[in-house]
Amino acid sequence: MDAITSLFAGFETALTPINLLWALVGVTLGTLVGVLPGIGPALTVALLLPVTAKLPPVSAFIMFAGIYYGGMFGGSTTSILLNTPGESSSIITALEGNKMARKGRAAAALATAAIGSFVAGTIGTMLLTFAAPAIAEIAVQIRPEAKFSLIMLAFVTISATFGGSPLRGLISLFLGLCIGLVGTDLQSGQARFTLGRPELLDGIEFVTVVIGLFAIGETLYVASRLRKDKASVIKLEGNAHMTREDWRRSWKPWLRGTALGFPFGAIPAGGAEIPTFLSYTLEKRLTKHPEEFGKGAIEGVAGPEAANNAAAAGVLVPLLTLGLPTSATAAILLAAFQQYGLQPGPLLFVTSPELVWGLIASLYIGNVMLLALNLPLAPVWAKLLLIPRPFLYAGILVFSTVGVYSLNNSVFDLVLLAIFGVIGYGMRRFDFPVTPAIIGVILGPTAESFFRTALQQSNGDYSTFVRQPLSAFILFIVALSLIVPAVLKARKQPVVSG
Amino acid sequence: MSMNFTKKAVLTLSALLLAAPATLAQGLNNLRIMAPAAPGGGWDQTSRSLQSVLQDEGVVKPVQVFNVPGAGGTIGLAQLYNAKGDGNLLMTMGLVMVGAIQTNNSKVDLSRVTPIARLTGEYEVIVVPTSSPYKNTADLVAAWKANPGAVAFAGGSAGGTDHMLVGLLARAAGVDPKKMNYVPFSGGGETLAALLGNQVAAGVAGYGEFEAQIKAGKLRAIGISAPKPQPGIAVPTLKSQGYNVDLANWRGIVAPPGISASEKATLVAALDKMHKTKAWKDTLKTRNWTDLYMSGSKFDVFLKLEAVRTKGILQDIGLVK
Repeated sequence: MDAITSLFAGFETALTPINLLWALVGVTLGTLVGVLPGIGPALTVALLLPVTAKLPPVSAFIMFAGIYYGGMFGGSTTSILLNTPGESSSIITALEGNKMARKGRAAAALATAAIGSFVAGTIGTMLLTFAAPAIAEIAVQIRPEAKFSLIMLAFVTISATFGGSPLRGLISLFLGLCIGLVGTDLQSGQARFTLGRPELLDGIEFVTVVIGLFAIGETLYVASRLRKDKASVIKLEGNAHMTREDWRRSWKPWLRGTALGFPFGAIPAGGAEIPTFLSYTLEKRLTKHPEEFGKGAIEGVAGPEAANNAAAAGVLVPLLTLGLPTSATAAILLAAFQQYGLQPGPLLFVTSPELVWGLIASLYIGNVMLLALNLPLAPVWAKLLLIPRPFLYAGILVFSTVGVYSLNNSVFDLVLLAIFGVIGYGMRRFDFPVTPAIIGVILGPTAESFFRTALQQSNGDYSTFVRQPLSAFILFIVALSLIVPAVLKARKQPVVSG
Repeated sequence: MSMNFTKKAVLTLSALLLAAPATLAQGLNNLRIMAPAAPGGGWDQTSRSLQSVLQDEGVVKPVQVFNVPGAGGTIGLAQLYNAKGDGNLLMTMGLVMVGAIQTNNSKVDLSRVTPIARLTGEYEVIVVPTSSPYKNTADLVAAWKANPGAVAFAGGSAGGTDHMLVGLLARAAGVDPKKMNYVPFSGGGETLAALLGNQVAAGVAGYGEFEAQIKAGKLRAIGISAPKPQPGIAVPTLKSQGYNVDLANWRGIVAPPGISASEKATLVAALDKMHKTKAWKDTLKTRNWTDLYMSGSKFDVFLKLEAVRTKGILQDIGLVK
């Protein structure tokens, strides 16, 4: 009851014309940076911090929240249209989304992403409103052993992204794992595979790998094919919106994606990427149209997009209740709180209720604004595909380069980008899937750090992974998902051969 | 209120859209400050606070801040070294960089640049979960001495300030620093999570990172690394508990090598002037930064001593040979 009263007071704060204006500025900016590859909400908020120092905190946070949610909405757009994810959490969206776009169903893919994001964002915000403290208490109890096991589970599900050939998929995955090893080892502080270059001490920026393999690789590939297949101009379906069938196939993935994404966001170091992988695999297993997966199944867009937005809401739970940042953007938001001399944490709800509830209310409003902004835009964005490809890809090249350069203002990063671009081209040319490599880059270092943290905290006792109930349970599921398909296959085989 | 409010908002909005070109003033002009880290971090925030006070108080106009992130600031340091003789360039740095130079084997060290001033700092605090049996540092040290590996300390990255403090405490308490179990996390949030989840015995970070939890009674602070009790912080110093440990995560300003004595004097004078303004004192207050101002030759000496001390700690821990 208390939460409802406070929420209404929050809406009073958030609904003043000036705060509505800030929310609008935030979501528009957020959508833009989401669309642009390389520039993400974390960097945007960080760059705006000094400029907003003179704004009242409530207005600044309402704008930041808009940027944060907007980035999550916008990330899917380029993923779907151009096979170039704008954010790391939209990589999976490219798998089915871009196939849909190539079949002329770009607008429907964008629409299911936008509505899914809205549904997930709203449900996530409701959970944040009513259950935040309880969820945060549980989330910090999750030990590194269990997080390591969760990542093992994610590893098992990667095969869903392999496409035709498991061997090629595994090679791609190992490429990613190797890239992930570069940099200073967190536990020992020693440099690994840095070739003596100080630029590599912090590891290879994840965004550089994504943009190189996806955007630059795709551009080179399209350029190399331009003369051969002139005919393949993407046609747009007349019907821009989702059909009844699309709705029927989307709503369950939206809800399942939300259920996966929200808890991951709330877990320290959980991230928005892993739930998108899990959601994709889950939808692929549950779908009634398995033949469409890999060719543009709408479930494969709806689920992961809901998952990443729910995770975005989940991230705010430990941030507001415990002062615990669980993602890069959250860490910047924490810095923003400190700029105003505020400390997020158990006391924030007591010391600055106007700010907290105004912020939460603005999340609901931001979500509605984003839906209103993105749905009508879907067919407009889709028209991007009508731009002649030489111009379109030249544009992508420019934006990608600027995006990567803006990360560190470093020319070295551009060289890396070019290298990954060539690798990305080679992978496309020889039919290696790109997604497993990216997943390797994300999961490898996290898996390693959880594994070693768990061992350190238990003073080197390996049995800690099976003695801890949650971890043991997840490892059991991992074992099942490895063994059961093999056993089923073995039992079938005699029938086939006999 | 709404009139003023709207005006302010519109002003900020327009500042968002186009960076207003500042007018020129006498003396030091066109100062550039390099933050050798990504936007949002400690060095970036210091640089930008410095920028706004210098500009607003008319000490220097205009001031520009740019970021050169990477490798604990040593990439920025190498760039500063290459800007030899540039009297209009400053770089924010601090204890973390002193350590990173050693652990990263940086080719350029701080003896190659021109020290200007130490600005601010933050003391480190050692905390335990509220449910922990350790009521003070002596309790923790007793358990630590009995079995060094079983007492896990959580903190920031290996070789950073947090790690150094645990190393210093180990030495002061008579525990072999090489045997201690330090669990590094990449972000402050994860350290906090490990503590709140009762996964480690103790945690170390700047006071500000744990302040909210300490005040809410979720964590118990058992010692602060300040030389004497700090106003507004009800945590006993490690010194008062018999451990001779004194460590501040300080931040300061250096200039490129090869600038003339008068150029250095101009920069020191500008910062001296800035330090005296009310705007800077207010900034320190809102940000919860401790004023550790020190400029000129005093800072030159401090920087040398700190480099020697840091090397010693990192050797004790086993990170540097």
